[in-house]
Parts: sequence; C-alpha cells; structure tokens
Amino acid sequence: MSVELRILRFDPEHDQKPHEERYTVEAGPMERVLDLLHKVKYEQDGTLTFRRSCAHGVCGSDAMLINGRNRLACKIRVDQLGGKKITVAPLPGLPVMKDLVVDMDAFFAKFRSVQPYLQNEGMAPERERRQSAGDRARFDDTTKCILCASCTSSCPSFWAQPDYVGPAAIVNAHRFIFDSRDDAAEERLEILADRDGVWRCRTIFNCTDACPRGIHITQAILEVSSAIVGRRA
Amino acid sequence: MADVTLHKFDAVVIGSGLAGLRAALELSRKYETAVITKVFPTRSHSGAAQGGIAAALANLDDDCWEYHMFDSVKGSDYLGDQDAIEILTREAPDCVYDLEHLGVPFSRTEKGQIAQRMFGGHTLNYGEKAALRACYSADYTGHVLLHTLYEQTIKHNTRFYSEFQALALIIENDVCKGCVAWDIRNGGLHVFHSRVLVMGTGGYGRAFKITSNAHANTGDGLGLVMRHGLPLQDMEFVQFHPTGLWKSGILVTEGARGEGGYLKNKDGERFMQRYTPTLMELAPRDMVSRSMQSEINEGRGFPGGEFGDYIHLDITHLGKEKILEALPQIHDLAFNFAGVDCFKEPIPIQPTAHYAMGGVPTNLLTQVTRDAASTVVPGLYAAGETACVSVHGANRLGTNSLVDLLVFGRRAGRQMALDIRGQDMPVVPEDTMDPVRGEIEAIRGRAKGERKEALRTELADVMMDDAGVYRDAVGLERARTKVAELRERYANVSVDDKGTVFNTDLLEARELGYLLDCAQTMVAACINRKESRGAHSREDYPDRDDVNFLTHSLATRGADGAVELAYKPVTITKFQPKPRVY
Repeated sequence: MSVELRILRFDPEHDQKPHEERYTVEAGPMERVLDLLHKVKYEQDGTLTFRRSCAHGVCGSDAMLINGRNRLACKIRVDQLGGKKITVAPLPGLPVMKDLVVDMDAFFAKFRSVQPYLQNEGMAPERERRQSAGDRARFDDTTKCILCASCTSSCPSFWAQPDYVGPAAIVNAHRFIFDSRDDAAEERLEILADRDGVWRCRTIFNCTDACPRGIHITQAILEVSSAIVGRRA
Repeated sequence: MADVTLHKFDAVVIGSGLAGLRAALELSRKYETAVITKVFPTRSHSGAAQGGIAAALANLDDDCWEYHMFDSVKGSDYLGDQDAIEILTREAPDCVYDLEHLGVPFSRTEKGQIAQRMFGGHTLNYGEKAALRACYSADYTGHVLLHTLYEQTIKHNTRFYSEFQALALIIENDVCKGCVAWDIRNGGLHVFHSRVLVMGTGGYGRAFKITSNAHANTGDGLGLVMRHGLPLQDMEFVQFHPTGLWKSGILVTEGARGEGGYLKNKDGERFMQRYTPTLMELAPRDMVSRSMQSEINEGRGFPGGEFGDYIHLDITHLGKEKILEALPQIHDLAFNFAGVDCFKEPIPIQPTAHYAMGGVPTNLLTQVTRDAASTVVPGLYAAGETACVSVHGANRLGTNSLVDLLVFGRRAGRQMALDIRGQDMPVVPEDTMDPVRGEIEAIRGRAKGERKEALRTELADVMMDDAGVYRDAVGLERARTKVAELRERYANVSVDDKGTVFNTDLLEARELGYLLDCAQTMVAACINRKESRGAHSREDYPDRDDVNFLTHSLATRGADGAVELAYKPVTITKFQPKPRVY
C-alpha cells in the first residue's frame, strides 16, 4: 500500500526553522518505519538524515517521535500505526542538529552524573563474586536500558525543567543501587536526592509507555525515591 | 592545515565495540587514550550478541580449558592456530571473572555462580557430549558486556570521539603513527598522532543481502588496512549463522537451540539427525547452515519467494515460562519482526551472514603483521572480528567471539601499554590529510553521478548468491566480474547531500568503498581455495584438502588493483587434523 510520510526536517546550513516535508512510499504492513525512512533516503532524497545501526531494537540509535509517541523507528511496524499517514519528528526536548538527529550530549552527561559503574573497593575473589538468583533479579529490569532517550525526552517534567536528571539516568542509577555487589548506593542516593533528582518525577508514566525495552521505569524511580526516604528515616 | 584539528595521544583505539573498549580500559589506567568511533559506544554491534561467552568455568559440569581448546580447533576445521587457541581458552575463565568483577550482571546458578548453557560444537571429553560452557545474561549477553565496559571507561576517564569516522591510517616507513578522522557532526577533519594504535572495527556483514549485522558493519577497518598495501588473512571464511529471521536476517540466538529448540523442514522432520546425529541441532554453525541450505535446495524448505525459502526453528515445547526466563528477547524479535508468537508457532529462519573469521593478520601479542614471515608493523595492533590471530580458523564456534574480543582486547591493551614506553610521539608531515580530503571532496563535489544505493544492492545480491553458504568456480567468477564492475562504477558515485553537518549520505558512500574492498579480497581468496573447509564450501571441490590447503591465505591488493595471494603455515601443537564428524 501507499503510505504518506510527513517528516519534520531541519538543515542548519539552510533553514531558519524546522518544516514538514511529505513523501509517498510503497510499504507492506510488516515493514518498519526505519524501512520507510530508508526508502525515502535511498530512492527520493539522500539528504534526509537520521541515526540507525542495528535495525532491530537493541542499539538505541533511532528513537524518534512517530505519530506523536517516542519509539524506535526500527521496531514500530506500519500495521501497528494504523493509517496511511505517518508523522515523524525528532525526539522532543533535545536540541535538533539536523532532521531527525538530536544532540544527546546533555542526555549522556546526566547519565554519567549518577556514577553508572560498579563500585566495590573490596578485594575481588579469585573466581566470581557470588550473587543469589534473587539478588540478581532485584535489578534485572533496569539492566535492559539501551540509552535511546525515549523516556527522558517524553517526560513533561523534563520538558518543563531541563535540569531534571531524567528517567534514563535514574534507571541506570537503580541498576547499581540495587546490585548486591555495589558499595556506592549511598552516594548515588545523595545525588538523586538533589532538587533536580527523583523529586521532579510526577509519576506521569510517559517514560514507562515510551520505553522500547518494556522497563517499568516509573516503578524504578519510585523504588529509588523510597530508598532515599528510607535512608533518612 | 587551518581547518584541521591536531591531537596527540599515547594510544588511539579505533572502534568502540568490546575489543576496542577492553583495550581502552587497560590503556586508560595508565595512559592518555582516545577512542574514535563512528557510533556512540553503546550503539556498537557487540551489544547485539545474545547467547553467551565461552569459558570452561566448570560451574555445572566437569569442563576444562583443554576440552574447550579441542572443540575450538575441531570447530575451526583445523585452520585455527593452536597456540592462539590455547591462549584463548586458557585465559577465558580469568577474563570472565574479570568481567564479573567489573560489574557484568551474569545470570546465576542456584548456588549464585555464573550460569552456563550449552552451545553448538562445545563438548566435554573431546566430543562425548554437549558441555555447559556458555556464560550468559539471559539472551542479551553482548548488551550487558558492552554497557559494563563502557561504564568502566567512564570511570577511568577514557576520551571518546563519538561519531567520528576514521578515514585513513598514517603509516610512514612501515610504522603506524596515527590516523585521520572526520567529525560526522560538523565535517571537521582531525589528525590523531599516536604512539600505538589498535583497530577494533568489526566485520563487513553488510556486503551480503541477508545479514545479522548492523548497518555500521561495513568493513571500514579492513579497507583502511588494505589501502596501505597490507594483507588481509583468510578472507574466504565468512560465517553464515543458521538462525537468521527469515527476510530480515536478524539474529535468533543459538541459545534457542542450546535451551532445546528444534530445526524442522516442511515435512516436520528434525533433519539434523541425517547430518550430525550426535550433536543434532548443536553441531557447529557451518554444518547446520549447510544442512539447512541442502534441505532448502532439495525442496524441503518452506516456500519464501524472493527472500528465499526458509526452515522452522521450533521452541514451542520449551514452554512460555522457560522462554520468558531464558530467551525473552527472542520472543520479542519473533513477534515484532516476523509476526510470529513463538510460544505457539515455529519461527521462520534462514542462514544469515554473521561473522568474518578472516581479517587483519596479527601475532599472539595482537601486533599487526605484514607478510608470511609475520613481520610486525610497529605501532599498529588489531583485535576482535577485525583481526585474524587466528583463533577461529575456517569456522567460529558460537560464544567464541565474545571471549575472543575480551581476551585479545585485553592482550592488546596490555601489550600496547608495554610498547608505548619505547615509542616517541611521532611527527607527521603536514600534507598527511591531502589524499583523504581529495577523496572525500571528489564524492561530495561530483555534481552528477550514479546513486550509491544501486551499487550496494547489486553487491549484496551477488555476494549472497555467489559467495554464500555454497560456492563454485562459475559463481565466484561471476562475483569477481561483478565486483570489478562495481568498483569501476564506484568512481562515478555522487551524493545528494553536499553539506557539512551530519552528512550520512557521504558517510554511506565512504562505507560502500570499504565494502567493495572487502568483497574484492574475499572473492579472490575464495576462488584460489580449491577445497571445502569450515565455512568455505565449494560444490566443485567438496572435500577438505590438507595437502594443499592446510594454510592461511594472505590477500594483498597490488598497485594495478588486482588481488595477489600468498600463504602462510598453520600452527599445529596438540591436535593433528582429523575428519570432522559430530
């Protein structure tokens, strides 16, 4: 069938502001939006610019706003989008560099700010550290994050207050705070107890809805908030 | 050089997959280290690895590194260098413990140890029965390894140049002195001076129509090396993974068979019983792919039209609970990309171009070598899929790639840290950039030419059809002629995007050039190897020929543009070649 793509485009070398362009492509129901973007780029207009790499939902390169929701272009299928018109725009709340490519430096800086790496100054054993299957399961959900920014850039609290550390950084803090092998939970909780930390979350659930990995993000944020409260009690 | 930015680093790493990051982590502990990567580090394709990382930890059985070594030698169809395979398998357990200490969230056994599962070709007691050797984290092992190593490089202040594409190595008087790169974000050119430089740039699966590889896997590192007149080793060996999702080629982990999945033809028969009765579906990948292709060629596949016929991977009998616990991502992939509910229905699959066994030749210290005498190129190192050390020989076993990346990535970092001490910071002449700048501007400046997409599609088609699972002289000659034609047409390629900001049109044109380099070399090596060994299966030469071809190929492109082949001996220590039966 014939699908009309309406793509928000911006070329910083020529445009003052973003504008919509329309392209018609032939697409089957099982094709992904990324396939359609490739058709435009390869058959109609090579200047259309977007990031992508693995093309099956694990590298996190091609998050964008599709029919008003943040999704990975390589995962969402034409049949899941219903109609014959599909709108595509860059992730909201992040500076646009060109077309669908956003500047993610500030996003990654927030990720780094929560010390997202295992900290354990104890002597490592000769073999593996033991960890029960239950302790491993405690943070399983938050190990799945692919840093695509779908969550943070869908968060109204982040739109209103760009200094908010955002759901993705909290998810990655959660992954270590609840890892029985890590010793730096206190420091991370201190960082997230800040004015721009977890308290900016208004439990709107946009992040959870947007996550292409199905991570229960709002729940993770609430678990971190509870840990902060518990620590103070 | 007004518009050029100069950098000086003790060590430069090109590529941010597992090999590159592991080397960078080792180097960053002591030296100023830069990582140049065309994608943000966690986007690297190592992250797509699913099933596991091989190491004889013996957490669930009586495994030992000698069994792992034997399996890898036999799996390689005796083309792997046994001194390298011994290092791989002996260092594997320590490497996995090291990863656990760095924070990798492995799945756990009931006792809280690292969980291990079965994988193809991995056995106990020299082939007796399947071994539990693959350490894993559900079915996203590569993802957690990649993220953990990236996290650790943050901790150690590694300097990243993300979304930079390396354009050329700087090699003068046979010494590597750094590289030239291009900032994709703004088009700026950069010269990196280095005392030591390692390539960890992955493979070139995108040269094939059906591939599990990311769009970024375009053989850039191999192209960079061969453009300096250096050889590529064993390029005829490309692994076709048996279980690619039909049409898209997306990987369905071998762990699906490790957990007990079946392969069935259109008659519902578990046909592997006719090919490898002992290991059945858990035979090495080259054999399973060939068996599947034979079933398809003999009319027992499911009809698939223009994307080729397919086979069924059936995991329905494992049950929903087991699938969700051990293979959650597979359920998701089968549903999203094939429209199949794998709790209830079999998954349509076909062989998919997956992994290059060949690559940049190195010695055991990861130093790049330039000839059959293994003369070292000072300052230049390679590790991972880009490199050919050779631990995989003619066919890699599943889960041996992750362990290769980490064992040899770590060895690269350690060796480079030793070698840095004897190397002065090189002085690079000012006109280093000029040839590269000329190449880039020629493509960008060409007002009218051929669209690159046609070339890429024609390349992917011919490589799939004529340099795929089965090969013969007629098909390979057709591929050679086609690739030569495409290389000529490439000189007239133009791009729509003439800008400087995030010009992915230009980036992809550059990548196509590397794919053509890889394809040309691979086809030439295939034509010359008149035998069947591992992943290289010639219908016109169906047998392995140890008299003439128990030898590594070295392919070099001469000044006239033609590929010349030389050969160097295989290192055999513990295990003499035998017929490969499973």
